[in-house]
Amino acid sequence: MSLDRSDVERIAHLARLQIDDSDIPSYTENLSSILNLIDQMQQTDTAGVEPLANPLDAVLRLRDDVVSESNQREQLQTVAPAVEEGLFLVPKVIE
Amino acid sequence: MFDKTLAELAAGLRKGDFSSVELTSAYLERIKAEDGRYNSFITVTEEQALAQAKAADASIAAGDAGAFTGLPIAHKDLFCTQGVRTSCGSKMLDNFASPYDATVVAKFKQAGAVMLGKTNMDEFAMGSSNESSFYGAARNPWNTDCVPGGSSGGSGAAVAARLTPAATGSDTGGSIRQPAALCGITGLKPTYGRVSRYGMIAYASSLDQGGPMAHTAEDCAMMLNVMAGFDPMDSTCLNREVPDYTATLNEPLAGLKIGLPKEYFSDALDPQIAERVKAAVAEFEKLGATVKEVSLPRTELSIPAYYIIAPAEASSNLSRFDGVRYGYRCTDPKDLEDMYKRSRGEGFGAEVKRRIMVGTYALCAGYYDAYYNKAQQIRRLIQQDFVRVLEDVDVIMGPTTPHPAFRIGEKNNDPVSMYMEDIFTLSLNLAGLPGMSVPCGQVNGLPVGMQIIGNYFAEAKLLNIAHQFQQVTDHHKQAPAGI
Repeated sequence: MSLDRSDVERIAHLARLQIDDSDIPSYTENLSSILNLIDQMQQTDTAGVEPLANPLDAVLRLRDDVVSESNQREQLQTVAPAVEEGLFLVPKVIE
Repeated sequence: MFDKTLAELAAGLRKGDFSSVELTSAYLERIKAEDGRYNSFITVTEEQALAQAKAADASIAAGDAGAFTGLPIAHKDLFCTQGVRTSCGSKMLDNFASPYDATVVAKFKQAGAVMLGKTNMDEFAMGSSNESSFYGAARNPWNTDCVPGGSSGGSGAAVAARLTPAATGSDTGGSIRQPAALCGITGLKPTYGRVSRYGMIAYASSLDQGGPMAHTAEDCAMMLNVMAGFDPMDSTCLNREVPDYTATLNEPLAGLKIGLPKEYFSDALDPQIAERVKAAVAEFEKLGATVKEVSLPRTELSIPAYYIIAPAEASSNLSRFDGVRYGYRCTDPKDLEDMYKRSRGEGFGAEVKRRIMVGTYALCAGYYDAYYNKAQQIRRLIQQDFVRVLEDVDVIMGPTTPHPAFRIGEKNNDPVSMYMEDIFTLSLNLAGLPGMSVPCGQVNGLPVGMQIIGNYFAEAKLLNIAHQFQQVTDHHKQAPAGI
């Protein structure tokens, strides 16, 4: 599997990662070699094998549907880059 | 004092040979004087440590101290610590003082432990060398031109350099066992779900597991006694009884059945490491164990399966770092998308970006079956191999790593060759099994580790086996020159 420049640009966009133009060739090369490594697994026959998502095949617990959290907004917003009146500030989305 | 184990320090505290304040001050002084050479700490929490030590001394004086009261430890910098920077080795979280404690951190606090500081690590735990840290590479105390391993490289280096008697680590593909091996210390990755992941910054949620790193198996047992147990805050943490891991350390090993996987002694393995591991296995035979060859035929497939599953889960987990709620935000974003892209592009380092992109690609529409699903199927096959072998033998032994510590910079530009170093450790995370690395000698002046793999929830057995080995050998007592 070999990626080209436009593949890397598309993946970086999907992952919302700014990549400097000058770094794209090295990412293209590295990602291609990683995907080549990964492609080794295509030779293994896995027909009918149940995928393993949890090592112990455990399923997520459900808790009772009751309030378990207190309001910690102020405490949690102490680490936010920009807040005002309890709201997270981001650049304008709607003109 | 700095060569003492946690168990010995605990005895000293109880007898009044020294106070926790004295002990803590001594380690803090030592970190100040020595860590310039190793870069093993990202943050030293002097004030908090001394306050905790003072409280511990009061509790010892009052007679209500527990087994861990007053003992200093360090936490890998991916465990959230309230009010203390929790960087995960990344520029992204350089400004992040966690608003809450990880469960592991809270449990150590409750047990009366003293936190000396937060240790260096590969950025977001992605790496096998500690070189991807935003704070610079940690260095191996055995040879400061070499890596300490990763991702818990700072914990490994700090314990080996006697800057802390023990430290926490986390292991997604070998990140406790590999640095333990390369730094000549003892480390344990518990069964998936044994230790709470709450507040342990997520890399790959179905693989991540926290665990202890220390000089001896006995110390790891003391730490696991604190760390293990059910936590309603982690949906995959298991509600199972926690035994006293120190209670069974002295059980005899007569009749123990050891399996040696032939795939672990392949051409990929440094022949000198193979020799050291086989010499260690011979010690177990003297202790009454029997040895047979076993086969884990999908060992090589663990690399491609891991490097799909871990990046896929990482790409999803790390989408939370968007510059909105916490962490790094770029300056003067021109719109929302620019803010996301530049905050992430500037906040993450190269290896993290590579893995996010591999994962994003693997999860793209149309590729899911060929990559993620295929990897999860191979994961099942790898697990079945272990289950089959562990019906026949009690434990599996082999090398932890194919080579001793490599030089800083040697593999930095070639991610694939770095990934190959994880060949013996990845499969346990895929299967969710517990594993230990125990020092078993040196190759060219650098320590190497033996890996001991057990069945699900066999931590007590692994610790017992490692402890018995450490009663008849002194590899774990070796210190780097000048330390």
